Amino acid sequence: MPITVTSRDSALTIALSGEIDHHGAREMMTQLDDAIATRLPARLVLDLSGVTFMDSSGIAVLLRALRQEQQIGGSLRMTNIPTQARRVLDAAGVGRLITLD
Amino acid sequence: MKAIDQVTVTFTSRSANEGFARAAAACFAAQLDPTLDEVADIKTAVSEAVTNAIVHAYPDCLGKIVMRLRIFDGGVLEIQVKDSGVGIPDVDKARTPLYTTGGEERSGMGFTIMESFMDGLRVRSQPDKGTTVTMRKRIARRAGSSQ
Ligand SMILES: Nc1ncnc2c1ncn2[C@@H]1O[C@H](COP(=O)(O)OP(=O)(O)OP(=O)(O)O)[C@@H](O)[C@H]1O
Ligand SMILES: [Mg+2]
Repeated sequence: MPITVTSRDSALTIALSGEIDHHGAREMMTQLDDAIATRLPARLVLDLSGVTFMDSSGIAVLLRALRQEQQIGGSLRMTNIPTQARRVLDAAGVGRLITLD
Repeated sequence: MKAIDQVTVTFTSRSANEGFARAAAACFAAQLDPTLDEVADIKTAVSEAVTNAIVHAYPDCLGKIVMRLRIFDGGVLEIQVKDSGVGIPDVDKARTPLYTTGGEERSGMGFTIMESFMDGLRVRSQPDKGTTVTMRKRIARRAGSSQ
């Protein structure tokens, strides 16, 4: 199970874990889709502390979550980003689109 | 320039092999005593090149991917990922940030990431023949290392 969902106040925190590459991205995308569609969070926080590896396939997962939040008028923030994932996000300029703590 | 060491691995374009390719490259590079950040850079670049071969080169079939790893004098690591897939009609365009022929699951940042994580990137491609991506990274010698 690559995602774990917890909620508090109006914020929904989803912890992602494992390797987010092309091989693992689809399952994570499906689970995130389901979580967002059923909870419709006004504020979504993605906790990346358990992510051991991420490449551009992970960027597509995160941008999809961003679009879904935008569609329901919600916001997206990412937190506890490990160094490797951070470097990938920086190289791709994702910080211009999503708030990275 | 002659390589000091080299390893070649051939694998099928199954996504399960992405992790294998990353680990193989990281293991081979270990003899250069890279830092953890350098290992992460190597794994990331390999993941991008191999994923492209899996996703784009062989869109509706399985094909062969050849990854050749070489080390040159001065701690230079070369990673070459070769496929015999559909090829890229316009390499310069393909290397542009955000350019993608993939759908929702792609962001068009693979080549940009390879470029920023490695010291050099060369892409050779011929439509219907295949694509060869060659990347180089210099691993600086660290004080106290036995390299
Ligand atoms: N090995 C390959 N064979 C055929 N086409 C390729 C290959 N590698 C890349 N391409 C083409 O180049 C484009 C850009 O590749 P790049 O890796 O930069 O982005 P992407 O794969 O589309 O998205 P991302 O890497 O962000 O998931 C691809 O969309 C594809 O059209
Ligand atoms: Mg790519």
